[in-house]
Amino acid sequence: MIRVELPFHLRKLARVDGEVQLEVAGPVTQRSVLDALEARYPMLRGTIRDHVTQKRRAFVRFFACEQDLSHELPDAPLPVAIATGAEPFAVVGAMAGG
Amino acid sequence: MSRVRLLVGTRKGAFVLTADGKRESWEISGPHFAGWEIYHLKGSPVDPNRLYASQSSGWFGQQIQRSEDGGKTWEPVGNEFVYDGVPGTHQWYDGTQHPWEFKRVWHLEPSLTDPDTVYAGAEDASLFRTLDGGKSWQELPGLRSAKGNLWQPGAGGMCLHTILLDPSQPGRIFVAISAAGAFRSDDEGQTWQPINRGLKSLYELPDPTAEVGHCVHRIAMHSSRPGVLFMQKHWDVMRSENAGDSWDEVSGNLPSDFGFPIDIHAHEPETIYVVPIKSDSEHFPPDGKLRVYRSRTGGNEWEALTNGLPQSDCYVNVLRDAMAVDSLDQCGVYFGTTGGQVYGSADAGNTWKPIVRDLPAVLSVEVQTLP
Repeated sequence: MIRVELPFHLRKLARVDGEVQLEVAGPVTQRSVLDALEARYPMLRGTIRDHVTQKRRAFVRFFACEQDLSHELPDAPLPVAIATGAEPFAVVGAMAGG
Repeated sequence: MSRVRLLVGTRKGAFVLTADGKRESWEISGPHFAGWEIYHLKGSPVDPNRLYASQSSGWFGQQIQRSEDGGKTWEPVGNEFVYDGVPGTHQWYDGTQHPWEFKRVWHLEPSLTDPDTVYAGAEDASLFRTLDGGKSWQELPGLRSAKGNLWQPGAGGMCLHTILLDPSQPGRIFVAISAAGAFRSDDEGQTWQPINRGLKSLYELPDPTAEVGHCVHRIAMHSSRPGVLFMQKHWDVMRSENAGDSWDEVSGNLPSDFGFPIDIHAHEPETIYVVPIKSDSEHFPPDGKLRVYRSRTGGNEWEALTNGLPQSDCYVNVLRDAMAVDSLDQCGVYFGTTGGQVYGSADAGNTWKPIVRDLPAVLSVEVQTLP
């Protein structure tokens, strides 16, 4: 079971509390995790990745296992700790500054 | 007794303000979608409890929310706004061509006859339509064929902010786009023509009478006389007698003819309202006095409405979608400010009271008159 942490506004939008747990078939990658997330919560489509390009939105980051995975390729395997559910995959709204 | 419901979009959420026909005591609900920018909310004329809201965020993009119960509860519907085909390019600040990029929905205009049909005005400027209550959105790309390659964003972004549906002529739609101008379609949005003859942009355009490129801030139309249009341009208040084929200036004795909103009395199609702003460089009321100006002659002759509005040290702005009128016998007029106040007048502007003072910056105000 994959654990996903969502930022406040996306938890509100998806109407979930706390972490989301997902079954992911096949290799555990950014793409497969986000595909599973959007399949479960269709209102999140377009909020994390662009509808057309499927690229990460500019002010969204992916953190896991104390690493910033935002710039990893979408089909690169995520760390084993994510795949086993030991650690969550965190979708983060980037710092806005100011 | 009739009631009114104000739909207020702000930088940090939506608010629904309700009152009975006296409009003295108000109930305020919200924030809905707290923390998100709500550019606009509007109800269906044929099903007033069906509301649509444009919810957006620099982080997480665009959402459209729909309510079936007058704003008590909401459901996200479709948020996929994709330009038709290869979107092409428009002018960019440096004179190069820049690809069209969807940013947000500024304005939602529900159909006059079908609660599932809604038009959406977007930045970068384009018109979308849903026929299924917001689940899916399709662009009407003919608009961008009206010299879209020459449009160029202004400081506020290249947004389509005004959509007017002609009740007397199904299929006729007017839109206005910041720094592009006004446009009309007579075939339900398939084809468009610029309607900017008579506009003069002396300081903004190298050719002051160009066919496109004028910074139109708002257009208003009275349903009883849809061929007569009023416009608040970047500078100048304008009037058209022929559905936009030509325009004449009616700024008259206004202290400044710069401003954003313009609206029309519900029962008097020659009575119009504007809020003069000092200049394009200083977006606040002249002399620190918040004054609505009313013309009862369709322009040119204006009177200041000040009773109940701050007349010293007021430096807020009133944005283009932040004024509305109700249709009770004694017409109510409402507007919101970037300082978070929403003011209302239950007597056509003669006297004003703040309905609420400390909301986030107000982006839009709509009003529904309910049985």
